[in-house]
Amino acid sequence: MQASRWNMRTATRAIQDPRHYQIATLSLLLAYGLLFLDFDMDAARATLILATALSTQALCSRISGLPRFDPKSAFISGLSLCLLLRTNSPEIALAAAAAAVASKFIFRWHGKHIFNPTNFGLVVAIGLTGEAWVSPGQWGSAAFFAFLMACIGGLVIRRAARSDVTYAFVSAYVAILAARALWLGDPIWIPVHQLQNGAFLLFAFFMISDPKTTPDSRPGRILFAILVALGAGFVQFGLFRTNGLLWSLALFALGVPLIDRILPGGRYHWNRTGFSPRPLNDGASNEKEFGHRKPLPV
Amino acid sequence: MKKSLVIASLFLFSLLPARAADAFCGFYVAKADTTLFNKASQVVLVRHDDKTVLTMASDFKGDPKEFAIVVPVPTFIEREQIHVADKALIDHLDAYSSPRLVEYYDENPCQRMVREELAFKSAAPTGAMDAARDNRSLGVTVEAEYTVGEYDIVILSAKQSDGLETWLKTNGYRIPDGASKVLRSYIRQGMRFFVAKVNLEEQTKLGFSYLRPLQVAYETPKFMLPIRLGTVNADGPQEMFVYALTQKGRVETTNYRTVKLPTGMDIPAFVKEEFGDFYKAMFTEQVRREDMRSVFLEYAWDMGWCDPCVADPLSRDELQQLGVFWLDEGQGIRAPMPGGGAQDVFVTRLHVRYDGAHFPEDLVFQETSDRENFQGRYVLRHAWTGGESCPAAEEYRAGLPGRRDTEAETLASITGWRLPDIREKMNISAPKPVPYGKKWWERIWAE
Repeated sequence: MQASRWNMRTATRAIQDPRHYQIATLSLLLAYGLLFLDFDMDAARATLILATALSTQALCSRISGLPRFDPKSAFISGLSLCLLLRTNSPEIALAAAAAAVASKFIFRWHGKHIFNPTNFGLVVAIGLTGEAWVSPGQWGSAAFFAFLMACIGGLVIRRAARSDVTYAFVSAYVAILAARALWLGDPIWIPVHQLQNGAFLLFAFFMISDPKTTPDSRPGRILFAILVALGAGFVQFGLFRTNGLLWSLALFALGVPLIDRILPGGRYHWNRTGFSPRPLNDGASNEKEFGHRKPLPV
Repeated sequence: MKKSLVIASLFLFSLLPARAADAFCGFYVAKADTTLFNKASQVVLVRHDDKTVLTMASDFKGDPKEFAIVVPVPTFIEREQIHVADKALIDHLDAYSSPRLVEYYDENPCQRMVREELAFKSAAPTGAMDAARDNRSLGVTVEAEYTVGEYDIVILSAKQSDGLETWLKTNGYRIPDGASKVLRSYIRQGMRFFVAKVNLEEQTKLGFSYLRPLQVAYETPKFMLPIRLGTVNADGPQEMFVYALTQKGRVETTNYRTVKLPTGMDIPAFVKEEFGDFYKAMFTEQVRREDMRSVFLEYAWDMGWCDPCVADPLSRDELQQLGVFWLDEGQGIRAPMPGGGAQDVFVTRLHVRYDGAHFPEDLVFQETSDRENFQGRYVLRHAWTGGESCPAAEEYRAGLPGRRDTEAETLASITGWRLPDIREKMNISAPKPVPYGKKWWERIWAE
């Protein structure tokens, strides 16, 4: 009886934990990319990145005295890096994966980490080494639409779990692209084409939505999402540089403590354990339900 | 044909003056017996630290006075920023980076002896370009007028697309329907327009019978090629080769997929006689598979060497003429040296077939730090035909039919050619009843 209740609880938790769904989606996408999309990545490199992310998580958990090693977040970070990070050097891949996961433990503010780990890993690898890059064009339209469906599916499954950031960001970014097209008199196909980008989806649904790095309050998160979209648009269309989304997120992540001060909201607590099936009504605190000791970061 | 007086070459917008009676149907290439891509243009993009040197060549065969181009450029262009290049530079670059056919002869399996021979054919078209005349304005500012080599060049800026359209029309150009919107988009993006025509007098003086490539140097963070004007009212898809010369590594498009062409496979020996057709069919097949939405990588190599070499790497002087500005005095480019180390110039050859429906946006590029070499390389492996007999030779002969079959299948798969036709050309019998054809139980009690 006891056992079956425990099993039920575990099963419910497994379904409720959006990270399982994320891991499944990203793994499938990576497999598809490796097999059919000619990704500049092979199984050995992917293994290296994943192993590094997981061992960094294990090491940092031990150093910071966390009672439990939870591989899921680090695994998601690793998968995202496999999908986005390109470099000829295994050392850089390794360093990026380690930096990504370690950043969660190093750059902290009031119990939250500042940077989304994948974002941090990418920005550090691209900005500091100059030997890494992201290939935003490497997604076929078939992969894009399949991934889009999966992302939307993920939102449905997660219900409200901080999806407001994703909604706000996607709306703002679409609005920027559409406004630009309108102003230039460009056909609708141009912004549509600009949105058909797997890296954009990965960013909107897995990176910026990271509950541990977004502001606590809903207005704060919406403001944050709009700022990131504006920043990305500026990098892309004002500075004419690539990876606008990544630079913008890294920059505005630094402003999250300020946003939290101006627009305070319910703090996100990691140290609560156990699953309580309360309705998910508050985007600021709903990850508590899953009882993670770790963030939900990518 | 008379109707389509405006033929868009690539990202360039080739405008024919309205007075032109007969026009051309596109750009043709015939190298040796290899007729390849029509309506093709070649562009060399030298880029480092936002400094860009663009060399444009298209194979225009018509009357020079009927040719004009309009190229959106991101900045104002001074006289010294424009140059006319030697067409041989691009031909050399083309030859150096062409997909290549490699020929091997199987050794006598009874003795170990190697013979190797290379056969190459150049695959890309070659090009030249044309230009025309200009003048007065209405809302259009003629920012500068230059005569450079055989070209008369005007740099225009405009506030309104109608103004620009009117200016172009008054000056004898015929603008295709729909160009106005695209012009407006470029105007709003703050682009200037580089309009070039041929100055017949200068051309006669200089004595060139063909149009030499035009070069423009400018500094801008925009790493892109404007292709949209060229797709307005275009008569079918167009072909473009982009050679990027950079310092760090391979160049790729950020807003379209960049796909490596199939490479390195063994194909039947008869392809030697029709390598051009093979390459064309293969490219078409790959374009079809990618739904014409991808840019193809044909070559990515350190300019210091090649292996095998279709043509020698470009000399330091040639690179400099193409606009490579970062080579230090005395550093030079090494002679071709298989296995040679990293050089300061990395060449990326991209090939794209595009039209407005599949390529709505201009091509945007990024330079990656990828220095991994890539080449389109196809292998002919001639069977050993000696009569010696030894166990190894028997085994070798037994393996030949299977090998030929695989070659035929590979060829069919990458070109979309029909397998029976390939087999016929290879003189091999139709699919032999291999054991797989039999039911499994037939194989148990066979014989």
